[in-house]
Amino acid sequence: MRLPDKKGHFGPYGGKFVPETLMPALEELEEAYKNSKKDALFQNELLNLQKTYIGRPTPLYFAKRLTERLGGAKIYLKREDLCHTGAHKINNALAQALLAKRMGKKRVIAETGAGQHGVATATGAALIGLECEIYMGSEDMERQALNVFRMKLLSAKVIEVSIGSRTLKDAINEALRDWTTNVRTTHYVMGTVFGPHPYPLMVRDFQSVIGKETRTQILKAEGRLPDYLVACVGGGSNSIGLFHEFLEDKDIKMIGVEAGGLGIETGKHAARFAGGSLGVFQGTKSYLLQDSDGNVLPTHSVSAGLDYASVGPEHCYLRDEGRIEYSSVTDDEALRAFELLSEIEGITPALESAHAIAEVIKLSPKLPKDNIIIINLSGRGDKDVQHVAKIKGIEL
Amino acid sequence: MKRSKITKTFIRLKKKDKKALIPYIMAGDPDIKTTEELILEIERSGGDIIELGVPFTDPLADGPVIQKAHYRALKNKVTLKNILDLVKRIREKTTIPLVLMTYYNPIFKHGDEDFIKDAVTSGVDGVIIPDLPFEEARDFIKTSKMNGLDTIFLLAPTSTPERISMITNASRGFIYYVSITGITGAKIEGIDQIKNSLEKIREVTDKPIAVGFGISTAVEAKKISEWADGIIIGSAIVRVIEENLGSPSIVDKVGEFVKTLSEGIKEVQSSEFEKNHNSKLLTPNS
Repeated sequence: MRLPDKKGHFGPYGGKFVPETLMPALEELEEAYKNSKKDALFQNELLNLQKTYIGRPTPLYFAKRLTERLGGAKIYLKREDLCHTGAHKINNALAQALLAKRMGKKRVIAETGAGQHGVATATGAALIGLECEIYMGSEDMERQALNVFRMKLLSAKVIEVSIGSRTLKDAINEALRDWTTNVRTTHYVMGTVFGPHPYPLMVRDFQSVIGKETRTQILKAEGRLPDYLVACVGGGSNSIGLFHEFLEDKDIKMIGVEAGGLGIETGKHAARFAGGSLGVFQGTKSYLLQDSDGNVLPTHSVSAGLDYASVGPEHCYLRDEGRIEYSSVTDDEALRAFELLSEIEGITPALESAHAIAEVIKLSPKLPKDNIIIINLSGRGDKDVQHVAKIKGIEL
Repeated sequence: MKRSKITKTFIRLKKKDKKALIPYIMAGDPDIKTTEELILEIERSGGDIIELGVPFTDPLADGPVIQKAHYRALKNKVTLKNILDLVKRIREKTTIPLVLMTYYNPIFKHGDEDFIKDAVTSGVDGVIIPDLPFEEARDFIKTSKMNGLDTIFLLAPTSTPERISMITNASRGFIYYVSITGITGAKIEGIDQIKNSLEKIREVTDKPIAVGFGISTAVEAKKISEWADGIIIGSAIVRVIEENLGSPSIVDKVGEFVKTLSEGIKEVQSSEFEKNHNSKLLTPNS
């Protein structure tokens, strides 16, 4: 069965849990998205921009030195860090900006955690000529100061959210409030496979270009499909983007890596599958880090993009099905991976993507040399350099 | 089916040509004990039905004033269970209809069926869940109906005719018309549009309609009560609480404010518009 169903459910997960004011807008969006799929003009414009503007296809790079260092499976990196604006986020943001224009909306808004989705949305808005406002938690604005300035350069307005935990989840609350108020003129560019239907479906589709390219590329490079796919999971868009194409290839193992923060046992993490339970949050039913009264718990991760209390509903479904396995790595492990990849491959990964690298650092040595792992290198680490220096006590 | 207490309240008021005043307060803001006093004071001051907010970490339909009330109550570690206990205690002192306004997750975590039974046992009359649209609430509606808990759904200015028809059908007790495209406490612009919207809703339902979100003054309340069966005031009351935190006269201040609202809307006589609809207004909900 093709999921989600008509109401946006992935088995017991997903759905639409938003105030009535937004329900008609979601219906409108669903209709517009469906029609855009059949619209050759729209598809051609998107395809052309993917190629000439985003820089797709992104390379699939054989990480020879990392492979040798770890002494196990062959490791390939899908270089989403080489996308225009430096992360996979642009695949979705640009497509949604085009859709906004098609729907006749003059204004787009978005939430951002690490700032990558904010930058991507601001970029899409600048390209297409839409007004753009980005909601960002004050704590994230501090961690990702560079991206805040980039968004401003792109003529977006960055709105500081200093209520609640002052991170991604509060930025989403504020964006949803804005959307509720300005729903007639505004499109909400949700940045991940989360929120009410049709976002989990639509964002997955826009990101699945990653997996489609990967299939062609690995077949060309190796003449066969990989044994493992590994990607970090915040909301879960880069991982779904890579995994979705391969769900029917039953021999491929898939690992989603969550933020283990200071360690699961400390409670200071964002590993929803390790410490969460079923809940309804920000428009969807999914795994949620919550207390026994249903209030959402604070999360922690060194990486702003993974620092989120819930996870895309399709991930929950695929986990139940046993199709994807989920693990977590700590801040420290991610930081070591961040440095290792910089040192021996000359690639500085985003701290989010460094979580996937860290998982492979543990996994690869246990595997035979003829195995193939593909890591989604979802973003580049330029935005994190200042933050990492600060953690290491280095003044720039 | 037996008429609910909320339905009876609207019928009683209707017979006297009066409109329901429905004040909202956050349970546990500033503390549970004061909430108990506030409920009784609001009733004395002319409140007909009281909405009790349940605090939640992520109140995405609320504006800044009520958001802060959520956080004040959470700081006091007020939970859904505490609030159900509060209702149980207050039932020894008042029979005023009480409606919980809560986001869905605290209920979901409690368990839908357990919540419905516990709420009814405690003396809760109805529930408003802004982030639970009727499409996701089929079982919830069924179980609530079986147990005698009114499910009050929201209609918005953006609701399509199809949705208006389905939502009025799913609502019991009353229908909550959201007066603005926005969040609680925002400013109402174009008050006359509310009249048009209510007329459209009246075409498909006989159930009472209460209007809320953004009504902050006695003047606005009075004006809108010419067309609506009830007026819901939230942020304006919560703001009085916020301004009087720590003051011994906090309960009196809220009482005074509710009184001015009540006097305003109680003056309003049935308008021509409603007289035209009298024949089909307020039949018992099934």
